[in-house]
Amino acid sequence: MLSILMARLRQGHRTASYPRLPPVLPERFRGRPVLDPDACAAGCRECDGVCPTGALVAGRGRLTLDLGRCLFCGECARRCTRGAIRFTRDHQLAARRREDLTLDGKEVRLAAALDEKSRRLFGRSLKLRQVSAGGCNACESDCNVLNTLVFDLGRFGIQFVASPRHADGLVVTGPVSRNMEMALKKTYDAVPSPKIVVAVGACSISGGIYGGHPEQCDGVAGIVPVDVFIPGCPPHPYTILDGLLQALGRVSAARDS
Amino acid sequence: MTSILQWAVARNGTPLARSDIPLLDGETFRDSIVDAVADDGKVAALFGHRTEGDASVDLYAVLACRDAAVLRVARTRVNGTGFPSLTPRCTQVHLFEREIAEGFDLIPEGHPWLKPVRFLRTGSSAPLIGVTNYYRVEGEEVHEVAVGPVHAGVIEPGHFRFQCHGEQVFHLEISLGYQHRGVERAIVSGLPLRAIHYMETLAGDTTIGHATAYCQALEGLCGCAVPARAQILRGIALELERLANHTGDLGALAGDVGFLPTASYCGRLRGDFLNMTAILCGNRFGRGLIRPGGVGYDLDAKSVSDLRDRLALALRDVGNAVQLLWNSPSVMSRFSETGRVSLETCRQLGMVGPAARASGMEADVRQDFPSGIFRFAQIPVSTGAEGDVFERAHIRWMEIQRSGEFILEQLKMLAEGSIRVDPASVAGDSLVVSLVEAWRGAVCHVGLTDSAGRWSAYKVVDPSFFNWTGLAMALRNQQISDFPLCNKSFNLSYCGHDL
Ligand code: SF4
Repeated sequence: MLSILMARLRQGHRTASYPRLPPVLPERFRGRPVLDPDACAAGCRECDGVCPTGALVAGRGRLTLDLGRCLFCGECARRCTRGAIRFTRDHQLAARRREDLTLDGKEVRLAAALDEKSRRLFGRSLKLRQVSAGGCNACESDCNVLNTLVFDLGRFGIQFVASPRHADGLVVTGPVSRNMEMALKKTYDAVPSPKIVVAVGACSISGGIYGGHPEQCDGVAGIVPVDVFIPGCPPHPYTILDGLLQALGRVSAARDS
Repeated sequence: MTSILQWAVARNGTPLARSDIPLLDGETFRDSIVDAVADDGKVAALFGHRTEGDASVDLYAVLACRDAAVLRVARTRVNGTGFPSLTPRCTQVHLFEREIAEGFDLIPEGHPWLKPVRFLRTGSSAPLIGVTNYYRVEGEEVHEVAVGPVHAGVIEPGHFRFQCHGEQVFHLEISLGYQHRGVERAIVSGLPLRAIHYMETLAGDTTIGHATAYCQALEGLCGCAVPARAQILRGIALELERLANHTGDLGALAGDVGFLPTASYCGRLRGDFLNMTAILCGNRFGRGLIRPGGVGYDLDAKSVSDLRDRLALALRDVGNAVQLLWNSPSVMSRFSETGRVSLETCRQLGMVGPAARASGMEADVRQDFPSGIFRFAQIPVSTGAEGDVFERAHIRWMEIQRSGEFILEQLKMLAEGSIRVDPASVAGDSLVVSLVEAWRGAVCHVGLTDSAGRWSAYKVVDPSFFNWTGLAMALRNQQISDFPLCNKSFNLSYCGHDL
């Protein structure tokens, strides 16, 4: 018993001061990209064919990047010598509408909170059932990590629960493999209404790296309606947490481009 | 024993010309596999490849012969609708043969357990996932418990069927395939641009392991020499991956027996190791680090010392958290003698990694078939004997210490120089076997190229492929309430199995 107490002292207090203070992120962290289409030269082909998922579309005076497909591999920014694509360390990436995930170098549309009624219902207590559907288990890991004492998800009133019957909504990861389609539908149906669905990770938004494969469904939205999209491959745990808190209206976005 | 001498000899990451791979008749092929396995060899891979013109299927086998420190490769041709199953004589191939049956519409005749592996919707049948003829124990007091695909925790999907008598599990059958997303197919026929990303996401927690195996295969085919500095950085990343996962597993094991101090400390510490990987490349899972020809990011002097400091601190804290486990009689009594797997069973199933070493199998790719930095810096192999939950936990602790020492040592003498070279063109008509000791065990990739140097087949064998059956065996005659604990002690990958 004594050794347990000693260990407790030694391990110290580890819960992050987030959201009071901004999260500590690695120096090389690739967060929200910023585009500057004006920097593109006519006829430049530097970023042609570098994007593995087709997230980046360039040419004919247009430069767009779909966060819902992006793996944050950074390859496009590395190729671009004109500074038209650059990755910031901003972890806030979530959006409420699929189309808001496409960046074009103009305004960034923030993840708005859920409607007033949902916020009243879920704002102080949100129970989520996670469904893993065909990904690589990295998004699941970074959802799980929110339960560690560093993030301490419980202090926000959010909790992953064992049964869809106990849940207010689903967190879905993975592109939805054909083999998980039915299980996802059934789990969704088992959640009592009103309910929300959060899609975590590029796979769940667009199929990600598996986009177009006949073995999967190109994301969750074709199967069940999605309320919050959280991009990343996988999203950093702070990106996931931010997405959830934004939807609940518990943090606001502080973005600069 | 002579037939094995007809097999082509390969080394880890060194290609063979396809014309050098002997085409054996079925009987010689099978006999030599049986002989090699009896001689402590292991079937590292067995897979089908449709011959040109689609007329027949070639079965390729890769044997890892630890004694001779060589890999052996041969093939046999199957014409018609099936071939005599080897499984009754060599259990190790049971899942490989099921995989071949599913993918090529061939029947391994006499296979005792012929069921779908991933419930593929191609070929002549479109089976409904999870619907198969499960093994059943009949009797008045026997009952069946079905769990999944959606589990209680935040974990991947899979279906488990327990045949129970009261609390006691007679048999557990594990049926997977829910995570199948067609990666092996896409590596061959999809966008080449995506290949490295497929590798990084074969099993997200084994990003470094699988990406290294792939790059090693490709570099072998290109005959390119990866710079020493890159090799060291890859080694460091591989061991960091092991540290993160082993630490997380020890915490999860503690959590499963209700010992919360270690559970919460290790949960935090796992994150600390992941954050160290993010120092290397910006991503906690190592995305973007391993690239053909070397690594995508260098480490500057400041990061080296930062990494060293953080690592030393984290290792100290892990030691502190883990010692609590071994010193708590309540934990030890739950861990000991739970979920035993005998060495004999391990051998039969071809189990790999910490789970096999916990039962006394001294197999470790870093020692047996070293590549990269492990040719120069050996990490001693940790083994146990009992093969129970305790040993599987304890092996992780031993490996944490050794990996920690290895990284600290490597950081001291990081070779100067470039971190990446351009891989030249890929050799055509070749076969390459690439092995890496990832944290769950040996990752095996086998690539076959066509005359233009494009992949004509790419086989991935995740360690979980062998070890899932080991978990099923560990549950025999255990209480069903011990399943979560046994499961955690293996912590296998669904996506790595399902591909
Ligand atoms: S960072 Fe995103 S947009 Fe850029 S190449 Fe990678 S996946 Fe494509």
